[in-house]
Amino acid sequence: MAEYQGNRDVLALLKEAQEKPGYLAAELLQQIARDCRIPVGHLYGVATFYGFLDTRPVGRNVIRICQSVPCYLKEVDAVAKAIEDELGIKPGEITGDGRFSLHRVNCLGACDHAPAMMVNGRVHVDLTPSSVIDILGEYR
Amino acid sequence: MPEERIVLRHCDTIDPEDIETYLARGGFKALEKATGAMSPTQVVEEVKGSGLRGRGGAGFPAGVKWELCAGTPAAQRFVICNADEGEVGTFKDRYILERDPFSLIEGIAIAGYAIEARQAFIYLRAEYHHLLGPLSKAIAGIRERGLLRRPDGSELDIQVREGAGAYVCGEETALMESIEGKRGEARYRPPFPPTRGLWGQPTIINNVETLMNIPAIVLNGGGWFSQIGTERSKGTKVFSISGDVRQPGVFELVMGSPLQELLELAAASDTKMVQIGGAAGRVLPGDQIDTPLSFETVLGAGSVIAFDTTRDAVAVVLRNAEFFAEESCGLCSPCREGTLAMVEILTRLSRGEGTDRDLAALEELGRVMMATALCGLGQAAPNCVLDTLQHFRPDYESKIKHLAARG
Repeated sequence: MAEYQGNRDVLALLKEAQEKPGYLAAELLQQIARDCRIPVGHLYGVATFYGFLDTRPVGRNVIRICQSVPCYLKEVDAVAKAIEDELGIKPGEITGDGRFSLHRVNCLGACDHAPAMMVNGRVHVDLTPSSVIDILGEYR
Repeated sequence: MPEERIVLRHCDTIDPEDIETYLARGGFKALEKATGAMSPTQVVEEVKGSGLRGRGGAGFPAGVKWELCAGTPAAQRFVICNADEGEVGTFKDRYILERDPFSLIEGIAIAGYAIEARQAFIYLRAEYHHLLGPLSKAIAGIRERGLLRRPDGSELDIQVREGAGAYVCGEETALMESIEGKRGEARYRPPFPPTRGLWGQPTIINNVETLMNIPAIVLNGGGWFSQIGTERSKGTKVFSISGDVRQPGVFELVMGSPLQELLELAAASDTKMVQIGGAAGRVLPGDQIDTPLSFETVLGAGSVIAFDTTRDAVAVVLRNAEFFAEESCGLCSPCREGTLAMVEILTRLSRGEGTDRDLAALEELGRVMMATALCGLGQAAPNCVLDTLQHFRPDYESKIKHLAARG
């Protein structure tokens, strides 16, 4: 119970910390650990467990394309290919100018409007290989 | 059986940003009745009598869960609403949260009263970040009106906790670890959450849809609810249907309705197979679409994905296997290693490089995982492999060189 009384929302803490730099570098995690008196090993364990927390650099805009079955049935692989061709990167990579990084993720819960992707905190749906290029233009 | 609206009764009739529209349609009358005219025990009895079972997939009787929790002596008890629907093909909770956050909050408030909790959490998946603002705003509006204050002067606090992208956190014990600020690794059970849950305190965890049923049960009585549905599946079920259908979406049907009815509502055609319950679910062949949807047969969390006759079972199953290999938390070896082995074998098969031993190996591996994995994730991962091996074996055999040549 004592743990609950002093409880802080660790996931929110880490998400907020990574917002500006884009990822949780080792030095940043050490800083948070000292400030919040949480063991750094614990924070690292958490940061590496969750898909929306990154311990390595990502792009200024993070593209997450769904790879689950409902999107697969609606040709999401063609959409992913269009993005890869446009940006010249593969999943897991960052563009040379740091503008985008590309990631394949699991079900975004938008299967009624498949195929779907998430860019930063926003979900885009009913994608086609051409519409997706226009959407990327919205992100600087 | 017709479409029947209990859970979705206020969706598209109220404005989710305007609580007045909810109040005008009788909103918070159930909470008022519960806290004003019923004891906490009476509320628990009503829910027990309704026969309502958990809508997240496991189907545990909600009233029994509440009774266990309320009966465990503790300084503090918690209510958790599981809004981490990560099951592939499930989007019903998103649909509900977008259209009617108020009924959910009313359901949570009634649950909090029934188990005498002062703190509730809604665990919202990170993929639904767009709902964080509206949901928090709805809670704040309700609190400001004093609707969460009880006759004894206590007040229920409801916090939204946002996840960070981990499928396994939909599993109740992993979810509690996550709220506690840890890696979302499942716990060994027992003890079960109603006796020892969040921070070691008695906790009820209910799915969004389960809690959406509570206001109607309190208003109309458990007896009314138990008249709807089948013998062991009371009420309605909200389904998310996607895949090879012309009208994907969310539909609420009386429990026990045939799968065919749902497929017709979504305008499916040339259906080869249907996966029910998401990546973890069961696969039914197209000639079994008269199967009733209920806990007695197949249900899961209500994800229904249709595949038409152009689809290859192995390609679909490989996608599912990759999903599990990625989402396995890694704590127990049957799941951590088993999901990877499945991907390896299925990848080889899908390249047409399968061997005679592969199908037997998949079957044996599947059985071992089902029997020995720590939590539901690893236990359910082999479902679609085993089902398709049973119903669509030619899809597999065509990928084994000498068998394909013979065929």
